[in-house]
Amino acid sequence: MPVQPKEPVTNCGKTKKYLVGPVATEFVATKTGVWRVVRPDVNIDDCVFCGTCRKHCPADVVTVEKEDAKKGVYFDWDYCKGCGICANVCPKQCITMIPEEGVCKL
Amino acid sequence: MSTRVMLDGNGAASEGLRLAKVRVISAYPITPQSPISEKLADFVVQGKLDAKYIRVESEHSAMCCAIGAQLTGVRAGTATSSVGLALMHEVLGVAAGCRVPIVMPVVNRSLVSPWSLWCDHQDAMAERDGGWMQLYAESAQEVLDLILIAYRTAEDARVQLPAMVCLDGFFLSHMSDAVYVPDQATVDAYLPPYVCHNFHLDPGDPVFINNLTPTVDYTEMRYQQAVAFRQAPEVLMEAMADFKKVFGRDYSMIEAYQCDDAEAVIVTLGSMSGTAKYTVDQLRAQGKKVGVLKITSYRPFPAGQIKQALAKVAVVGVMDRSPGYGAQVAPVATEVRAVLGGKPVQGFIAGLGGRDISPATFTKAFEKLLSQEITADVDWVDVKENALTIREVK
Repeated sequence: MPVQPKEPVTNCGKTKKYLVGPVATEFVATKTGVWRVVRPDVNIDDCVFCGTCRKHCPADVVTVEKEDAKKGVYFDWDYCKGCGICANVCPKQCITMIPEEGVCKL
Repeated sequence: MSTRVMLDGNGAASEGLRLAKVRVISAYPITPQSPISEKLADFVVQGKLDAKYIRVESEHSAMCCAIGAQLTGVRAGTATSSVGLALMHEVLGVAAGCRVPIVMPVVNRSLVSPWSLWCDHQDAMAERDGGWMQLYAESAQEVLDLILIAYRTAEDARVQLPAMVCLDGFFLSHMSDAVYVPDQATVDAYLPPYVCHNFHLDPGDPVFINNLTPTVDYTEMRYQQAVAFRQAPEVLMEAMADFKKVFGRDYSMIEAYQCDDAEAVIVTLGSMSGTAKYTVDQLRAQGKKVGVLKITSYRPFPAGQIKQALAKVAVVGVMDRSPGYGAQVAPVATEVRAVLGGKPVQGFIAGLGGRDISPATFTKAFEKLLSQEITADVDWVDVKENALTIREVK
């Protein structure tokens, strides 16, 4: 009986094997980030790190770190659906939704 | 070595599953398939078949169990018919999409409503686009042989698709015939033990199977199935060629009977093919140049072979055992028309709900073809004149 590859099929080196049909060795398939057609883009110069976007994010994918003033707002792209709530609630209006290019790939 | 025994179509189907050494059986009895479930249960009780027999509460569960069992790396057996097949519909898609190469005898019977127990092809035609291969048997012998051929094809690494072996209810399922039943050693040589080429369930090494698949992958997985169907004819023909070497019986995706010099040919599926050939012999004796083209493999559809076989035939008819509601003609005729391009193809519908397709039916159809009276509409052969007033209620 064939042994299932221990690693995901895209990352298993010598034992690389491609299986057909809906199967996964890690639970990657429901990463909701693949639904995204637009993504939030933060103009960090105007940002005051108030955290309103983080509080309102329905998927809880926003991290705000005041210490890193250059990149202080992070998004988890695996799970950000691009809903745009962060851009709507931002009091400084410094988040814009920009289109993903082509088919979103994880 | 083979022994020649009297078997009906259901008996031949259960012998086929026994010889394929299925290890798990989850079959729910339904007329006219019940004897398959019963005989497989007998085999298990008598020790002729080393299998686990699971009693399930419906056909939906029967297919669920079969898929789960086969995913552990063994052959699983089930069989169904008509509304049972319809109840399986959801899970048939799972078997096809998960690439579980189950081989299932389908005893063709009408779909409701009107309620009917008897034969036609509406049940299988309703599943024709579900990702299952469909082979149609003409005789009890073909039922047994096609099951073995279907296993070889379905389990091939290039295919990995489930397959239905369709046999006409009662006409095949309940009529006895002398069938050559091969011995186990010969079958073992033709059909090696099941090797799972794709994913399977292993408690020591768990995987997610049939997980929610986002749009970025879904189309690609459907495309994989399309590629498998593209590769299936080659594998099927190899399996048939090997079958001839081992068992001596000749099979092909289509069988052209007296088509070489024929002026009119009727395309058939399943048990009606024998009647059609008999009618052709009778009409040939009267000097009429007619022929029959039997389709054994409806999925994958042998378009190229059909086109080649009918290239020189002036007039073609297709006898369908299912109505194609709202379509121009019934399902098989639709596809034959597509294959033959501009050539006139007369669609016939007959044999619904167990009505016999007799030599007289074929004679009528051939006469229509030979007189070149092709109509765009489908011709319901044998339909009664009073069709719209048959039930008078006072």
